[in-house]
Formats: sequence, C-alpha cells, structure tokens
Amino acid sequence: MAASHPQVAWLPPDQRLHLSHGPTDLIIKAEGKDSHHAYQQAITAMDTLLEDLVKELPDLRLKISAEMPFHHPVAQRMHRACLGYGTRFITPMAAVAGAIADYVLDAMIAGNDLTKASVNNGGDIAFCLAEGQKATAVLADMNDARIHLHSGHPWRGMATSGHGGRSFSLGIADAVLVIADQASTADAAATMIASAVHLPNHHPEADRIQTAPAFSLDSESDLGNREVTTHVGELSLSAITQALDLGEIAAQAVISDKPIAGALIRVKDHIRIVGFDHHSDIIMLKEESKLWSISQ
Amino acid sequence: MKKNDEKIRCDACPVMCYIAEGQSGACDRYANHDGQIIRLDPLMILDRRIKAGDAIKPFLGADWDGSIGHDHEVFVTAIGSGTTYPDYKPAPFIVGRHMDDADFVTVVSEAIFSYCGVKIKIDTDRHLGHEGAIVRANGEAVGLVITSEYGSQMLSLGGVDHLTGGSKAEGRTTCDTLMKLCNKEAVELSIDDGSSVVVQAGQPPIVDGKKEYRMRVGCGSATIGMFASQWVGLIDEVVVVDDHITGVVSEHQAGKVLDWPDTGITIKGRRSTPGRYFQVAKPGLGWGGTDLEDPLKILGDWRPAKGAKPGLTILMVSTTGEHSAYFVLDEDLTPQPQEMPAALKASVDLIAENCEPALCTVMFMGGAGGSLRSGVTKNPIKLTESVQSRHTRVTCGGVDAYVWPGGGITVMVDVLKMPDQSFGYVPTPALVAPLEFTVRKEDYIALGGHETAIRSIKDILTTGGEYSKKSIAKPPANSDHNA
Repeated sequence: MAASHPQVAWLPPDQRLHLSHGPTDLIIKAEGKDSHHAYQQAITAMDTLLEDLVKELPDLRLKISAEMPFHHPVAQRMHRACLGYGTRFITPMAAVAGAIADYVLDAMIAGNDLTKASVNNGGDIAFCLAEGQKATAVLADMNDARIHLHSGHPWRGMATSGHGGRSFSLGIADAVLVIADQASTADAAATMIASAVHLPNHHPEADRIQTAPAFSLDSESDLGNREVTTHVGELSLSAITQALDLGEIAAQAVISDKPIAGALIRVKDHIRIVGFDHHSDIIMLKEESKLWSISQ
Repeated sequence: MKKNDEKIRCDACPVMCYIAEGQSGACDRYANHDGQIIRLDPLMILDRRIKAGDAIKPFLGADWDGSIGHDHEVFVTAIGSGTTYPDYKPAPFIVGRHMDDADFVTVVSEAIFSYCGVKIKIDTDRHLGHEGAIVRANGEAVGLVITSEYGSQMLSLGGVDHLTGGSKAEGRTTCDTLMKLCNKEAVELSIDDGSSVVVQAGQPPIVDGKKEYRMRVGCGSATIGMFASQWVGLIDEVVVVDDHITGVVSEHQAGKVLDWPDTGITIKGRRSTPGRYFQVAKPGLGWGGTDLEDPLKILGDWRPAKGAKPGLTILMVSTTGEHSAYFVLDEDLTPQPQEMPAALKASVDLIAENCEPALCTVMFMGGAGGSLRSGVTKNPIKLTESVQSRHTRVTCGGVDAYVWPGGGITVMVDVLKMPDQSFGYVPTPALVAPLEFTVRKEDYIALGGHETAIRSIKDILTTGGEYSKKSIAKPPANSDHNA
C-alpha cells in the first residue's frame, strides 16, 4: 500500500492553505515577509505527522498518568495539556486537535519573519502575533461575540468543545470556548469544562437528555462505555441555569489553575462568561444577543 | 456480502482505524458497510451502458468485471475525486481515452469555489419581493431579488461578499444554502418586505406556505384578452376569477372589439379599467388564488336595463382553468348552476393546457480560478484560451456547462441535470463542486498539460486514485449526454 499524503489546496480569495489528511483539516494563514517559507514549512511538518503520531495512539487513548511515556512532540504536548485534572477521567486525546495546531504553527514560524500566523484545526486554533499586532476572532458558536487579542497578552490559543460536534461530550453544553496560552491547553480545558455542564442528579428534566455509550457510536472511542450526549431536548430556563452553574464552577477551577484567560459556556441560547478578570477588553458582545450572564 | 461483526482496518490514511460494522472512521469519510470499507462520497463515474432505473453498480478495483465497452460510454466525473491542485502537483485524475478516432484527455478535480453562487428562476406571477430586496435564509442575508423575467421572478444568491465578506454566520449560512440548493434540496428563503418561499430545483415553489401549481397564463384580464375570440357565440358572459385582476368579457376592451353585447352584470370588487376588477375576494386557496369556494359570491344584482334577461348563460373560470362553473339566469335573474356544455369545457381545458407548471430552476454559477488551472497544465492561461475557443469542453459532474463569453472561465450549469450530492463544502466557507475539462490529447500537450500523469480509464477503474479506491457507476442524468 502506498503511503498516503496530506492533500494540499489553496483557498481563494486570499490563498489560505488547506491541508487535509485523514481526520485532520487545517486551514493555515501566514502574513509577513517570509509567509511563503512558512507555508512550505507547514506542508513539510504535516507530511509525516499523522504517520508518526499514530505509533503512539494506543497509549494516547488510555487514561492519563503522571509519568510521560511519549516521544512525538505532539503526543508530549497532548499529555502536558491534559495533566492537572485530578481524578477526573481524561485521556491525552482530549487535546489532540489543539496539539496538532500548536505543532504545525511552531514548525511554520521557526526562523521566519512574520507578522501574524494561525493554524485552525476544525475550530481549535493556534496563532502567533508579532509585537504590536492584533487579531480578532468572531465566534459563530457564541452568537458572533468578538474576541480581541493583542500581542501584549499571553493568549495564543483557543478551542471549542460541545456535544454536537465530531467529538463526543459527556456534558450537555452546545459549546464551550476557552482562550488559553496555547491551543492544546484550551482544547483539554474546553473538553473538561463541557463535560461538567449537566443537570444536577435526579433533575426532573433529565429525561429530555438522551445519551449512549461511546463504544456504541465509535468502537475505538477512548471514552469506552461512558455515556455521551446524543440529544438535548427543550430545557426550562431554570434547568439551563443550573447546568451553567455547574459548568461555571468547573471553569473557575480550571482557570485558577492553568494559563487560561477565560471561558464562554453556551447551553441552548444562554451564554455564561467565566474569567477574563484582568482582560475585560478581550470580549465584545453583539448588542442584540440573548441572555448573557457574566460571573461575578 | 454477508453481514460481518468483525472490525475492518481502513488504510486510507496513517491512522488506520479499525472500523466496526455500520460506523465510520475518525475522518467521517470512510465507513464499514457490510464488511467493506467504502468511501462515503465515492468517485462518480457515468456509464451510459447502465440504463436509467437499473441498480447502481458499485465496484472496487478487484471486483470490476473487466468490461468497459467503448471509452465514449464511460465518463469519469470529478464527484468524490478529492482535490490536490497546488502549483506543483497535477490534478487527481488525468484520464486518457479514445473517442472518435482521436485521443481525448479529461482532467478531473473537485474545485473549491469561493466566488460562486446560484441564479434562481421561480416561475410564478406572484409578487415575491421588490427588485433589490434582500433574500435571507435563517435570518442571514444570502442574496437579493434581481430584475424579473417573463413569467418568472429571479433571485441571485451567493457571491464572495456573502460567503466571506460578512459575518461568520452569514458566510456559513450562505454556503449551506448554496450547497443545499445545488444538491437539489428544498430551502426556505424569506424576502425583506416580501414573501417567504421554499425553493427546490425542479419543484414548484411554495409561497407563504402555499404550493404554486401552475404559472398563470396571465391575470384575469390577460386571459380574457387571449381567449375572448374563442368564446364568441358559445356563451353570453365570461368572468375569469383571479386574486390579482378579475376580468369580465362583456365589459372588457377585448369584448368591445368583438362587439360583445352588454349583460347587465355587476361585480363586487374595486373596478380598475372597464372589465377589470381588483380584490373581488381575499387571497387564499380557492378559485384563482382567492379564498372563494362559491364564485357567485362576487356577483351582485343583474340589471335588466343593461341587458340581463332570463336564459343568459354565464361561464365563471379561474386563471389556471382549475376551477370552472356554468350558470344560467332564471326568471328572477338569479344564476342557477347547470351542467357545462362540452364545447365550453374544451375552452376551459385550453386555459389549463396553456398554463405551464410552476417551477424553480437553480443554476450553479462559478469561476475556475488560477490554482485549479495549474493542476491541469503548466501554463494556466492556455487552458483559459482553450476553453474560450471551445477546444476544451467544460462539464460539471459530467453535465455540459455554459461558459460565459469574456475573460476567465465562468460557467453556469443546471443543477437538476447533475448527479445527486455533487456539491460539498470546506470550512472557509466555500463550495466544492466537480469540474472536468475535456480536450484532444494533442491539444492538451500543446497547452502544457501534465503528459506523464495521463492514465487510462481502465487503469483508474482497476487501481483507483490516490484517494479514491472505490467508484460507483451511474447512468448520466441527461439522455443526450455525449461524453
């Protein structure tokens, strides 16, 4: 069998780079004097990435332990990003998308004179900003809220997790967005915060939520027979609020412990903003948005 | 192939997932179906030997029965072919085939279109919206109402501004809307200060919740104008009921020209010009787009001084011929229903026959950009020139595309003719559509084509592509397809 290679395409109108290989779809942008070299370096980094990373896949799918047995830089990043979640169940797979984005970005910027660059791996984004540079992200999953980033802040990664996407979630949040020092950190945090967003035990509306064992949907899932959310029906405002409260508690704990700016948690049309304490200029909300609540 | 509980290893990429029956791999592009790894969007090959209606023949390289017939019966489309067209690597399939004693080369690729859209023609006289009004899907602006055509309202959706220039939500909604329309699915659109309309290629439009069946030949007045001469001598009075304008032949200009005698009829409605009345009833599901179940409701008293007399015959008919009734005035000048004479029935059928079915037409329109062309040839401008001079033929999913005159390669194609699910998308957002260029081999070489990458159809069917191991054969949608 001939080795498969990433597909390379250039997307109009501004010639962003699209790299696609198996489950990985990267959209890459580089601006600045050496942008051409940067793109070539990204393509080279991607060429053998998957092949090399999958050698460690079986161990990456196991519940994380303190010791770090991995060799590939992406696997090492995944491991580091997933440490520090106590006794809760987590495998390094929770940070795979973010870690790949971080890795390709590092490979891309090495030795190059660039003003801005970003690697977007299906919504998990790693970016770099030269001094004085700014970037704005528009969050379509959060009612088009805008995140303003500046080279003066330490934040260089963002990730989204939720029950509807390609990855499974143990929680009922439609989306959790985390801004962190890098994409892998944000990826693991978003996954863990999302899994904490659920109705309290024995809640009367619990039957509006459907779940299935992860194995039944994907026999290779690292979540094993844990129940993942398959459908969330109509919920009362009170139920949504309680779920958001639980998510907020989890988010506060994560934010105080790790290099994370803050998180946005959305259940149906309701968004809770947690953290961003020293950086209130980061978020700009759309005026006619639905219920926003900001944690005290 | 018997059902198999074992997991199967997929080798399409290094992850090499073990996939259980009925599940897909990590990429969601390959799945285990009945014990075989299949690509969820297989390479589509049009095979004229399969008569329309026959079962689709899926075939993997090893299972292919070896018969290919003549090359001109099989056409490799770009659907499911994948994209690799950076400036150093040729397009996924460059197929060489014999046809009419000349070698032809078809270059196959999926093209990513950021600059693209659809033109929608909706055959209806109903006013959907003003020219220039914004068209929305799920509240997001996706296009506008353009100048109308004869019997049709026109919408133009997409374009780079809605796809990438507005908010993320607008871009994703626009991309999703275009993809659904191009894949022949129904989409609900709403027009600012206008109506809502459900559009689906090849189907009648559903306007404000009501399905349109026929394009009216015209309003009541136009119908009278068209058919008055056929009613002379057959009937004393004709009323054509319509939600817009209801026509009365004895008062109408068309009747005057034929010396139609007065009948003393009175209509309950707002008179426009003679024989033409607005608002005889409210809009609805009854006669002629009104809410009328009983057409007599719109008639007032008959005036003997103006020509009304017992025995006067009256035809009431709607503008699509779907509803009709025949009445005769009795001694008290009250219309009494009677069975319609055969000759009159024929004229009612004629109205219906002249009404075409109301339909939506969706034309995909897009341009083939620079990098795509360089996947075909080392000198992209030569491909453009070859297309413009018609030496190279352009098809989308095997369907001939109309190439616009002028610069570049801008194509337009009727999505109804294309195979199902030909269109996809990437997260940019941008539409992915199949595009094939067919040209004589010597012309292909002359325009700088990648000669060493040419493969025969037999080779592709047996070996597959780099990314497409599996293919599906279907008959072409249009019977006069000449691949």
